[in-house]
Amino acid sequence: MNKYLERLYNGLIKENPTLVLMLGMCPTLAVSTRAMNGIGMGLSTLAVLVLSNLVISLLRKLIPDQVRLPAYIVIVASLVTVTELLIEAYLPSVYEALGIYIPLIVVNCIILGRAEAYANKNGPLLSIFDGIGMGLGFTVALTLAGGVREILGSGTCFGLQILPDTVEPMGIFVQPPGAFLVIALFIIIMNAIGIKTRQRKLVESGCDGCCASCASKCDTPKEAAK
Amino acid sequence: MNHNLLLIILSGALINNVVLSQFLGICSFLGVSKQMKASASLGGAVIFVITVASAVAWLLYTYVLAPLGLEFMKTIVFILVIAALVQIVEMFLKKKSPAVYKALGIFLPLITTNCAVLGVALTNVQNGYNFIESVLAGFGTALGYTLAIVLLAGIRSRINEDDLPAPLRGAPIVLIAAALMSIAFMGFSGLSF
Repeated sequence: MNKYLERLYNGLIKENPTLVLMLGMCPTLAVSTRAMNGIGMGLSTLAVLVLSNLVISLLRKLIPDQVRLPAYIVIVASLVTVTELLIEAYLPSVYEALGIYIPLIVVNCIILGRAEAYANKNGPLLSIFDGIGMGLGFTVALTLAGGVREILGSGTCFGLQILPDTVEPMGIFVQPPGAFLVIALFIIIMNAIGIKTRQRKLVESGCDGCCASCASKCDTPKEAAK
Repeated sequence: MNHNLLLIILSGALINNVVLSQFLGICSFLGVSKQMKASASLGGAVIFVITVASAVAWLLYTYVLAPLGLEFMKTIVFILVIAALVQIVEMFLKKKSPAVYKALGIFLPLITTNCAVLGVALTNVQNGYNFIESVLAGFGTALGYTLAIVLLAGIRSRINEDDLPAPLRGAPIVLIAAALMSIAFMGFSGLSF
């Protein structure tokens, strides 16, 4: 398979950031009340991720290794600020719906995670494709979770009435507990049909791998052991 | 203390619990809640960092960013403040109180990317809180975080002994436990003063 297409496949399916790697759980749980929010959040993150992968990949030889994490954080925070201002200006309804979770893309583990795991080792073009793949994977997972919660919780999907009026929607699914339940359900299904997720290892190691600083911390004992 | 301030703490800790209703800090909530002791230590570190970070972020926003008209820089400035703060706290504790450092050590770097810290700093600004309100909101939120993670750790230590169906083991059962906790915490939303 072409290595660029391989990146897309990797992000969408093989290493889907949300469903397989269990990264970026905060926005996944928080904004998935409606399918439309999932798309909005997913695409905003995709934009930041592609740009941050590109910038970090271009600068990878210039940034000294010791200060790479602060440097990445500054790059990501700048890109998020730009994205936030653009969304506020051109898509006020999305801005309203996502609220505080847009600036919080800065601390989305997927972005720092990809910077650390991929963009600082690979060329700009491959990094862009990696960003697109991961971003799409995140968008698909968020939209799926949003769709399921919207259908169960308010009987609609993308705002269209799906369930007949006689069926009372289960409001709990658009409330906070529904988020935990739907994501749990997704992972149960994936476990049951035998798709291996990394979550067990991640959850049990205590180092949830959710952030670059944590990942670097996890590496330290190994290095010390050498 | 007047009524309003108490309400800010309570609302941060119970009514709008940061983990269970706002979904901030989920990563560490799921990742570190395996042992009671570790989660309590992390909770302690989070209370400290969030309270101090809310204070510093408020001061910077009000006296530096706002007069210069640079409000849009808040995300960048706050995340840098938090990262620097965590570093300083780490160095300070290492030097002054090695025992506490040893207890919290591993968890301090984790806090930089804990979205609860940045989330609180941003919400304080958004809500237009004054200095005392910001600090109390930070403290209350962190208290809620600690409460949630310690409770979940307690539940998980029981779950570990149970014989679960295979697909439920690991993350799913933890998420279901969190969902039930979240339902319980929804009960607080009826509180009024």
